[in-house]
Amino acid sequence: MKPLLSAKGLTRRFGARVACRDVDFDLWPGEVLGIVGESGSGKTTLLNCLAGRLTPELGSVTYDSAAYGTVDVHDLSEARRRLLSRTEWGFVNQDAREGLRMGVSAGANIGERLMAVGARHYGDIRRTASDWLDRVEIERDRLDDRPTAYSGGMRQRLQIARNLVSEPRLVFMDEPTGGLDVSVQARILDLLRSLVDSLHLSAVLVTHDLGVARLLTHRLMVMQGGAVVEDGLTDQVLDDPQHAYTQMLVASILPV
Amino acid sequence: MTDGTYNYAYLDEQTKRMIRRAILKAVAVPGYQVPFGGREMPLPYGWGTGGIQVTAAIIGRDDTLKVIDQGADDTTNAVSIRRFFAKVAEVATTTRTEEATVIQTRHRVPETPLSEGQILVFQVPIPEPLRMLEPRETETRTLHALSEYGVMQVSLYESIARHGRISKGYNYPVMVNGRYIMSPSPIPKFDNPKLDRSPALQLYGAGREKRIYAVPPYTPVKSLDFDDHPFEIETWEQCCELCGSKESFLDEMIVDDDGKRLFVCSDTDYCERRRTLPEAAE
Amino acid sequence: MMNTTSSLSSGPRASSALMSALEARGPKEHDGPVLKVAGLTKSFVVHAHGDLALPVLRDVALAVSPGECLALVGPSGAGKSTLLRSLYGNYRADTGSIRVHHDNAWTELVGAEPRTVLDVRRRTMGFVSQFLRVIPRVATVDVVAEPLLRLDADPAEARDRAEFLLALLNIPQRLWPLPPATFSGGEQQRVNIARSLIVDYPILLLDEPTASLDAGNRDRVVELISQRRDAGSALVGIFHDLGVRELLANRVFEVSP
Repeated sequence: MKPLLSAKGLTRRFGARVACRDVDFDLWPGEVLGIVGESGSGKTTLLNCLAGRLTPELGSVTYDSAAYGTVDVHDLSEARRRLLSRTEWGFVNQDAREGLRMGVSAGANIGERLMAVGARHYGDIRRTASDWLDRVEIERDRLDDRPTAYSGGMRQRLQIARNLVSEPRLVFMDEPTGGLDVSVQARILDLLRSLVDSLHLSAVLVTHDLGVARLLTHRLMVMQGGAVVEDGLTDQVLDDPQHAYTQMLVASILPV
Repeated sequence: MTDGTYNYAYLDEQTKRMIRRAILKAVAVPGYQVPFGGREMPLPYGWGTGGIQVTAAIIGRDDTLKVIDQGADDTTNAVSIRRFFAKVAEVATTTRTEEATVIQTRHRVPETPLSEGQILVFQVPIPEPLRMLEPRETETRTLHALSEYGVMQVSLYESIARHGRISKGYNYPVMVNGRYIMSPSPIPKFDNPKLDRSPALQLYGAGREKRIYAVPPYTPVKSLDFDDHPFEIETWEQCCELCGSKESFLDEMIVDDDGKRLFVCSDTDYCERRRTLPEAAE
Repeated sequence: MMNTTSSLSSGPRASSALMSALEARGPKEHDGPVLKVAGLTKSFVVHAHGDLALPVLRDVALAVSPGECLALVGPSGAGKSTLLRSLYGNYRADTGSIRVHHDNAWTELVGAEPRTVLDVRRRTMGFVSQFLRVIPRVATVDVVAEPLLRLDADPAEARDRAEFLLALLNIPQRLWPLPPATFSGGEQQRVNIARSLIVDYPILLLDEPTASLDAGNRDRVVELISQRRDAGSALVGIFHDLGVRELLANRVFEVSP
């Protein structure tokens, strides 16, 4: 078996500030990797480098593509990278407004990826979109509503449906439950968890919420000041943290 | 030189060469929008500055020019442009479609089928078909470059979802030669089928946005649609009040203060020919 | 391992026929130990307190064979729980070796890749803890069925088996469709036991499996676990209740601080 995604020596600076430094890891098929750390620790920069949205100064990201074999994400032509990112990949933004087209209906939002790869049957697209609304627990009769008429939690679920409709193999998630009410968060976590299981997705999830990380991820990387200070099995990192920073993070959670 | 003040066909030779180069490139890459260094013209943007520059760059003394505006030869704009070129390019003008070698048009394709050797010059207000969906020029260029046209289909999907059918009646997007999505300028979708594999050369000029694009003769031009919502042109219950045509694009006119409506051909040359020549009518 | 689940398709009621069906199932026979620990050392370093090191386990060695139940004994604070969690990979051993018989080969867990540990947990080694880590909004029956579904079991069969175990552990049927978050401590623990026992793990780690159960339920759980042991699972557990330890363990292992 080959890793699905490999990062080697990834480094990215913004001016004098190091956003991520010398990050190495392999993501294996079916794995959900969590990247945790406080704000400013370089999590999102790393995620963007992995997803090809940001070019690292040093290092490489290789991806084992179903269509093209093993490819260097940052060496790919833009055409291929964009094609990958709407067929084999998904990207769930913290702010659903960035990941959705707010001016068109939910159905059009979900259908876009299908149409982008050549779906041309309105009825079929609509049926698929409607099934996906159902899967993300949005009433089917909201299919023709625009996301502007949706609540925050519904928007996030719509964004998830819009990404997963093309049955990607790898999903990048940036604080997918950030900024939502706790009850709404729980629903999204549960949804993501069951979708990841049933679709055999691999995922890289950035979060500062260790509870989210425990529920969704198999493995954790703890980042501090742009560097990975600890990584391992999620429950092991959280229950037996080794690094001083991880111990501090774990100790700062309020017990429930 | 016409009157010693202006160069032949108004534009200087350098400019015409530059526009011709843009046209050649546009012909070589059907449907691709070629930027060009548009000049100030003696009429405001929106009145056909793009079309006029294209016409000026290709016209010669042997040409016969026809100018139509919404299908009519006799509107102010059409008459002005015709007279302009008669003066600065010393060309013959006509209202007869089949006699013209160059036809500059705003918002229509003539009903009379075009033939090889003819050039149809469109005046284009907004050349970018994706503009309403994606405001960033850098992004629309990338979308064209990568043939990433899902978003265009999204807009058609949305139209069906809202109106039960694709409601776009004008400026209906087309796929040129299976590669580039193109705005056919605000012609009624009724005219879209005439663009497909037309024997005439189609040149499109956008003055404000300084873009030229083209469809060479016999190039496939497909109107976008869905398998279960195929492209359809509009039809009328009525026929032309003047010539009785059932096949042409009709304008609806209100003719008196009581709101009496009348349907007449939008293409004045076509309509007139049918009325004056009985054999043309059947 | 999963090939006999079809015998349970008759529904959720705990009949004696089903009980014996459950009894008959079990891991494949393997001669000799399936879990071998050698030189295991574990200490905790608390960085917030001047890198204070607390040694807990020193040079632990043990081996467990199918059909055995090893009880960890020792005073409170001796490190029984730490040892059990280290075996499961929940705590990171400093040095030494923890090897499990997995996929007909020996797999080293100390320093193993997370995915290796997860694969061992999915198919070979189960853990019954005192506390259920509740997943929000998931129905009890699905919480229980999940480990089996992860092994690509047929969903209907997994559900049947989950219902069977829930019935066996006296969880009222009306609770099955509800998430266990609001259940009593005893009910949550029994849900957790059902979840941990739905897969026939060749190795089962038990951390006070009967701690907050009443006598009736405790007996049920003890009966279930002893069936697993007799069917050939290798068990390692912490049992404070001497009666329970008596019934389950056939060997003890002294953990000394």
